[in-house]
Amino acid sequence: MQGNNNMKVSFDARSVNEAFARVTVAAFIAELNPTIDEVEDIKTAVSEAVTNAIIHAYDSPGEPVQLSCALKGNVVEIEVLDTGKGIGDVKKAMEPFYTTKPELERSGMGFAFMEAFMDDVRVTSAEGEGTRVWMCKTIGVQEG
Amino acid sequence: MEKYCEMQAGRLVIYVPRELDHHEAGRLKMEADLLIDAYHVKNLVFDFSNTEFMDSSGIGVIIGRCRNIGYYGGEAVAQNLNDRVKKIFRVSGLHTLIPTVETGKNRQKGNGSI
Ligand SMILES: Nc1ncnc2c1ncn2[C@@H]1O[C@H](COP(=O)(O)OP(=O)(O)O)[C@@H](O)[C@H]1O
Ligand SMILES: [Mg+2]
Repeated sequence: MQGNNNMKVSFDARSVNEAFARVTVAAFIAELNPTIDEVEDIKTAVSEAVTNAIIHAYDSPGEPVQLSCALKGNVVEIEVLDTGKGIGDVKKAMEPFYTTKPELERSGMGFAFMEAFMDDVRVTSAEGEGTRVWMCKTIGVQEG
Repeated sequence: MEKYCEMQAGRLVIYVPRELDHHEAGRLKMEADLLIDAYHVKNLVFDFSNTEFMDSSGIGVIIGRCRNIGYYGGEAVAQNLNDRVKKIFRVSGLHTLIPTVETGKNRQKGNGSI
């Protein structure tokens, strides 16, 4: 039986930290013995949330992004926080293919990927204050 | 540093890196677009033999390169996808845009790595 475990890291909003973030979470959840597929799903979701904070939240690199992860029994909870510009219309932002940066060849699939690969995704945001993405996934109940 | 792109018999082969995220995307875009413009590339091959991770930033890069060869009336295929990359193609719907093929060949060694 696993107990509870928590971690929190803060890093600069720089693209080089996208890999750092997903590898950190993958290492942290290892004690739950997830399948390769579960690890990859979570890595993808973390990469999406962190990349969004790096690209969309701030106009210049180096501002802070906070990533935390909690293990509660066999549930993984992940939170990504930024103190950037925020999202005016969260519902619209979460629609597939919606992007405010088409010039950067964004696909607008980030939130769709988080929703596809995690059990639940919740986004709260305030313009000028920042964005919080919370998501969870239960390990060991994969169908198929 | 590893080379991403190679002209092969008039086709541009893009060796997708081990992890294709937003961080890796910039260099791949630049290298590919340089060759697409220089050779008016019509045929594009995305080779995923080496690729273990890709997120939605990768989807954007692939769609962008397909659009760029579109100016020359081009076609694209994706080859040697592992199960993870297949899943990413499926979830994003990319498999309906780009045909995927197996060549059975693994990426050859010594491809410009220094
Ligand atoms: N942390 C964030 N801060 C500000 N805006 C965000 C953030 N995350 C997402 N967004 C907004 O939501 C949109 C959709 O996000 P997403 O689905 O990941 O697509 P993409 O990153 O390809 O644009 C973004 O284009 C952006 O406008
Ligand atoms: Mg995104």
